[in-house]
Amino acid sequence: MVNAGDPLVVLDHVSMTYGHGQQAVKAVDDLTLTIRKGEFIAVVGPSGCGKSSMMKLISGLKPTSEGRLTIEGKAVTGPINKVGMAFQAANLLPWRTAVDNVLLPLEIVEPHRSRIGREKAAYRDKARALLASVGLGGFTEKFPWQLSGGMQQRTSICRALIHEPEILMLDEPFGALDAFTREELWCMTRDIHQSRGVTAMLVTHDLREAVFLADTVYVMSDRPGKIIKVQHVDLPRPRDLEITYEKPFQDLVHELRSHIGKH
Amino acid sequence: MKHWKENLLAPLAFTAALILLWELACVLFSLPATVLPTPSAVAKALVQYWPAIRDNSLQTLMTTLLGFGLAIVFGLVLGVAIGWSKLIYGALYPVMIAFNAVPKVAVVPILIIWFGIGTIPAIFTAFLISFFPIVVNVATGLATTEPELQDVLRALGASKLDVVRKVGIPRSMPHFFGSLKVAITLAFVGSVVSETIGANSGLGKMMLDAQAGFNVELVFAGVAALALLGIALYAITALVERRFTGWAFRAEGIG
Repeated sequence: MVNAGDPLVVLDHVSMTYGHGQQAVKAVDDLTLTIRKGEFIAVVGPSGCGKSSMMKLISGLKPTSEGRLTIEGKAVTGPINKVGMAFQAANLLPWRTAVDNVLLPLEIVEPHRSRIGREKAAYRDKARALLASVGLGGFTEKFPWQLSGGMQQRTSICRALIHEPEILMLDEPFGALDAFTREELWCMTRDIHQSRGVTAMLVTHDLREAVFLADTVYVMSDRPGKIIKVQHVDLPRPRDLEITYEKPFQDLVHELRSHIGKH
Repeated sequence: MKHWKENLLAPLAFTAALILLWELACVLFSLPATVLPTPSAVAKALVQYWPAIRDNSLQTLMTTLLGFGLAIVFGLVLGVAIGWSKLIYGALYPVMIAFNAVPKVAVVPILIIWFGIGTIPAIFTAFLISFFPIVVNVATGLATTEPELQDVLRALGASKLDVVRKVGIPRSMPHFFGSLKVAITLAFVGSVVSETIGANSGLGKMMLDAQAGFNVELVFAGVAALALLGIALYAITALVERRFTGWAFRAEGIG
């Protein structure tokens, strides 16, 4: 059992290479970091710097080439269902309603997988409650095309949470949304993190987003991605959108910006 | 009915105008009935030869549907296999392209050698000509599953079978049903082509006999029967498509 604040994910000099021989491309290089249980980390950096590769490593979708990666002290050798993922595209299944989309992971992950047939009603209630908690109470039976972009993204995040994962992974989840919707979803993500105590990893281009949400921001370099800056965000929680207009917040964003792409 | 003008009135009016034009052209240019019979003469032939047209239509319908049914089964199985595995795709695809490139008329004589003149070559021709679009469409639907969505599921420990069952097959269904509209028309063509080369019955055979006897009205009546049958088959397939993959028609549907 890992308690809040204890190391949950540990990367020790981890590298990852795509392809073989001449075509081999090093995606990330020499990553060493620790994610504590309940921590919210953000990874920022230029396009193609291996941010997403880092996510795939931790979720067990891609193997490490060098170094050691452990979750709860155990080496990661393949996909672990302790992870829930959401991406920039909501990727909801258009033939399923919102609630049925949220239920999808439970049809894959044990022990729910063997139970869901018999206890469909109970599981649906759980999914409906989760959707209601992100403000979609009246939209559970709607199909994806009947939802706005922001609502689709909320549904997608619910899908990532329904099996109560240890780690919530968000890969530029708000990139395609308009500025106001994006800020609404920042607050939703903040509240989810707060209320569920989930560990979260956010990959983003948006430095304001990173500083607003995260406890620790990692800046990565151009490919092969290395961590070039670790920034702790000591702004008090719970954070209000107002703080984004205040000096300490803006100083942090400014500081981070100076580490990305010198122009 | 909300769009009755577009959906019912416009096509009926256009068809009626076309037939009227045909009738007028025949009369105005006094075309001989052996070249182009008037629509009214064709209609008369339809009534006069109704028993023969009915029986031969049923025969053609039967071979078309049997061939089409085979095409659905094989098309689905092959399509899922090809969309599933790059290896199977690599192995089968060139052969299938080559096979599809051969005009099916050229295969009919072989089928007749194997199975004799009759119903079976027509069924097989219908099958051979119509299964390719089904395979391609099902395979495409499967192969284009979004990588992110696969990651979401694979990170949960989903097997390839899980991904195909939960995502691949449902998302390829609109492609599948779309291809059925093409396939049913092709199957129909296959049946008739086979009947005109070697058969004892069917609309193709009937028209061949009518042609030999200079019964031009009956040839045209056969064409009319084929057209009506073709429309009916297409319409039924389109209806089935709407019924099963309504979610893919959201723009016009509930949304």
